[in-house]
Amino acid sequence: MTDMSPITWVEIGALADVPRRGARCIITAFGKIAVFRTATDEVFAIDDKCPHKGGPLSQGIVHGAQVTCPLHNWVFSLETGEAQGADKGAVRTYPMRSDGGRLFIDASILSAAPAA
Amino acid sequence: MTEKLVIIGAGMASGRMLEHLFETSHNYEVTLFGSEPRGNYNRIMLSAVLAGEKAYEDIVTHDADWYAANGVDTRFGHAVTRIDRTARTVFANGVETPYDKLVIATGSAPFILPIAGHDLPGVRAFRDLDDVNAMLSAADCPGSRAVVIGGGLLGLEAAAALRGRGMHVVVLHLAGHLMDRQLDPAAGYLLERELGRRGIKIHCRAQTKAILGTDRVEAVLLEDGTIYEADLVVMAAGIRPETRLATDAGIEVQRGVVVDSAMRTSNPNILALGECVEHEGAVYGLVAPLYDMAKVAAKTLVGEAAAFVAPKTATHLKVTGVNLYSAGDFAEGEGREEIVLRNAASGIYKRVVLAGNKVIGTVLYGETGDGAWFFDLIKRGTDISQMRDTLIYGQSYGGGAVADPLAAVAALPADAEICGCNGVCKGKITDAISAQGLTSLDDVRAHTKASASCGSCTGLVEKLLMATLGDAYNPAAIQPMCNCTELGHDEVRRLIIAQELKSIPAVMQELGWKTSCGCAKCRPALNYYLVANWPGEYEDDGQSRFINERVHANIQKDGTYSVVPRMFGGITNVKELRAIADVAEKFDVPTIKVTGGQRIDLLGVKKEDLPAVWADLNAAGMVSGAAYAKGLRTVKTCVGSDWCRFGTQDSTGLGIRIEKFMWGSWTPAKLKLAVSGCPRNCAEATCKDIGVICVESGYEIHFGGAAGLDIRGTEVLCHAKTENEAIEIIAALTQLYREQGRYLERIYKWMKRVGIPSIKAAVVEDLARRQQLFERFVYSQQFAQVDPWEERVNGKDAHEFAAMAELSMLQAAE
Ligand code: SRM
Ligand SMILES: Cc1cc2nc3c(=O)[nH]c(=O)nc-3n(C[C@H](O)[C@H](O)[C@H](O)COP(=O)(O)OP(=O)(O)OC[C@H]3O[C@@H](n4cnc5c(N)ncnc54)[C@H](O)[C@@H]3O)c2cc1C
Ligand code: SF4
Ligand code: FES
Repeated sequence: MTDMSPITWVEIGALADVPRRGARCIITAFGKIAVFRTATDEVFAIDDKCPHKGGPLSQGIVHGAQVTCPLHNWVFSLETGEAQGADKGAVRTYPMRSDGGRLFIDASILSAAPAA
Repeated sequence: MTEKLVIIGAGMASGRMLEHLFETSHNYEVTLFGSEPRGNYNRIMLSAVLAGEKAYEDIVTHDADWYAANGVDTRFGHAVTRIDRTARTVFANGVETPYDKLVIATGSAPFILPIAGHDLPGVRAFRDLDDVNAMLSAADCPGSRAVVIGGGLLGLEAAAALRGRGMHVVVLHLAGHLMDRQLDPAAGYLLERELGRRGIKIHCRAQTKAILGTDRVEAVLLEDGTIYEADLVVMAAGIRPETRLATDAGIEVQRGVVVDSAMRTSNPNILALGECVEHEGAVYGLVAPLYDMAKVAAKTLVGEAAAFVAPKTATHLKVTGVNLYSAGDFAEGEGREEIVLRNAASGIYKRVVLAGNKVIGTVLYGETGDGAWFFDLIKRGTDISQMRDTLIYGQSYGGGAVADPLAAVAALPADAEICGCNGVCKGKITDAISAQGLTSLDDVRAHTKASASCGSCTGLVEKLLMATLGDAYNPAAIQPMCNCTELGHDEVRRLIIAQELKSIPAVMQELGWKTSCGCAKCRPALNYYLVANWPGEYEDDGQSRFINERVHANIQKDGTYSVVPRMFGGITNVKELRAIADVAEKFDVPTIKVTGGQRIDLLGVKKEDLPAVWADLNAAGMVSGAAYAKGLRTVKTCVGSDWCRFGTQDSTGLGIRIEKFMWGSWTPAKLKLAVSGCPRNCAEATCKDIGVICVESGYEIHFGGAAGLDIRGTEVLCHAKTENEAIEIIAALTQLYREQGRYLERIYKWMKRVGIPSIKAAVVEDLARRQQLFERFVYSQQFAQVDPWEERVNGKDAHEFAAMAELSMLQAAE
């Protein structure tokens, strides 16, 4: 595939597989991606690796559209991947789609450039 | 020239389409098929018919005269069974009817859960008049019982109507809160509370397993084993577009019959509209968009250009006395902001979601008068920056100038109600402040009762103090729990008990939380207070716990986990050691360490291996050591009188007894104990949260030590003569700490805050109080002593331990 690769939606499971205010992981050749579901059923995907010291963000407490890293409590926006407050850093985000209770991730991005 | 128009389905969409069509043209010869033995009626109002507010005659939209006047050939009670696209005919009751243009308006079919017993007599959907009549005859028998499966719009309307008819009603709902597609958890909680007040039992997170009965329904069985008796079961678990005819005819169908914006299907002579269609990937289940489709379809039929544009929809629940409104997109997200207004006393919850300067969604409960206004702002994309601060108060407030909060309070009239719970108005408070020289919030509470109940007006009362006293007011700084609330831990705790709040959404609503979902600080604290106060009633919320307590292992810096099985009193045996060794070998555990707490830590276990590791440890009789818990950790012991030449009592035995009695209990912060056999204190009991020093005459009980961030020796609490007395005192002390300690406050800090005398008074001097504390501890232990590892070995929270998908494999497969 080239850099111009079109969006390739790959189904990764059901919305119901991810607990509300929680996350599940998907395993890729480049590392884990954490798929989040908020209290209001929004879904987001980000690398499961905190830019601070590599904490698994999927294990954090989800509040609103944010997650608090389980290791040292940095807070990240699930939508932009940016660290909130005084902390500086960002985690990579991936396009996600939820359709009829099924979840899809844009896999083209994965093959275009390796995740962290 | 007249053409033949055939319509399949006499529902809400086709009725409306015919009206529009006849407004402009009578060039069609219309034949209308309907599988129901009646013409078009207002299906929405079936709820009102069920509730007895309307009769069927009141909801008929088109009667025999209307069809006759417009020359419609009606075939009611005739279901179309086949479309022949090539011959351009449809078949019904064996009769073939030709068409030039065909309209498919077959609506939806109720989704019937494919579980055992779903076809028993007494199981009904809620879709047409026949369903309503069947439900009414079931409701006729006094004392009869209904179970409604599905707590969405439809299910709740059925439930409220049946309850109104005197039935016992239970609603089973799969999600965690009612109407989860339309409401956020806070509004869902209010709705549940209101329906509960009306005597409807709501069971959320209910997985229906089977419908039981021999000749007809008798009961409904849930996956968790709960059984509800039932004479009537209403399936309101969802609907599916009725697409069978189109599919058989080879017309393009996805979730619904696919139409373009002119309502044409893949076959240009065939149109479709209503709930059976899919337009740009969306299907609809409310009438507003279907009416738009009806307009477009009528135009298309007469050859005029028209396009259907997916509208935004709003939802109302038509249950008398329940005011509920939701519209637009009310999910949280980056760049979105929410404004929340809660009035605990009158049960009002309003939430408006903004993106930039525009309203994009709203949920209103209790007071929905401004729903239409918010919906209009959403639809128009109005820039609301000018009225942002008053937006949530609604239209009547809109555009008002933004005052500073103190000035706004000062400007309130004297009869403005400040405290809704106790009906205290502003004048009463300011008068009391001036006349009686009040200077603090507590004074105001004592003299006027304002802010003494739910506390949600505390901010207002403080501003009144400031406005009245000026600089003379010096608020005793109560540290708020977090940025989501102005209340401190003790306030929240007190109100949870006073108002019997039993869930996190309940606390957030009643205490006026400023965010809809809390944060990583308040959620774990609230979860603890609820667990501690309502043993056996409150259902622990795993998603509000830190990861370690959620998966019952300690997360390590590399994302692996450590596993520490309990070793009661630090005593182990060959079987346990062998099992630990086997596990370490089998799962390649990189590090095995003896901890500072007299037990063994297996470090570096992969998360996905945890359940298997626990299964092996369980098999050898070991349970979780809760090395991660804000709860009982370890009870360290020394060898004591069993072996030691100085030992005065069986310190090991007592330590084991205490640990077996207390394991599983949740406390505000971690709780560590130790029992030493003599004052030489080899178990380091005098730097523990609770320590016991055995002496010849019995047991000296210590508490309030620490050896972590702070280091301090214990205080002596009292002396006990027997082991039983010692255990009773320790449990009572722990219970007092559980009831008073703030979340994350270790015993020594709690002790410093409340004072040693008050603790001694409750646990040592007042024997009746000690007994009560002890009994409350014992009571809650029956719910707490469940090994979390065993639960997970048996499948609980399985999603925590397995990845959702392996993308590399999916891709390779493509
Ligand atoms: C494993 C162990 C060290 C060891 O290898 O021996 C240990 C390991 C950790 N301790 Fe500890 N503590 C261990 C005994 C202690 C002791 C000694 C004791 O219990 O007798 C203390 C001092 C006594 C006390 O608590 O007052 C101790 C005082 C702390 C503190 C400071 C607590 C405080 O309030 O001052 C923390 C930090 C905290 O809790 O916030 C802490 C936190 C931790 C954490 C949980 C750090 C964390 O948050 O991830 C470490 C987790 C490692 C893991 O995954 O297992 N650990 N820790 C010990 C486990 C005991 C057990 O069997 O359960
Ligand atoms: C109890 C209840 C309350 C509701 N409340 C609301 C509300 O408050 N607000 C709101 O917006 N919406 C509400 N709805 C939804 C609303 O009624 C529907 O969206 C609307 O009726 C759909 O219109 P339709 O014409 O597509 O389908 P329908 O009105 O269902 O009409 C389809 C008709 O086609 C017939 N049919 C199906 N197959 C064939 C066939 N092969 N041959 C002949 N005839 C066939 C069916 O029997 C049916 O009569 C409610 C629905 C119910 C059941
Ligand atoms: S002393 Fe510090 S480094 Fe050592 S286990 Fe305790 S918390 Fe971790
Ligand atoms: S690794 Fe995430 S905050 Fe430190």
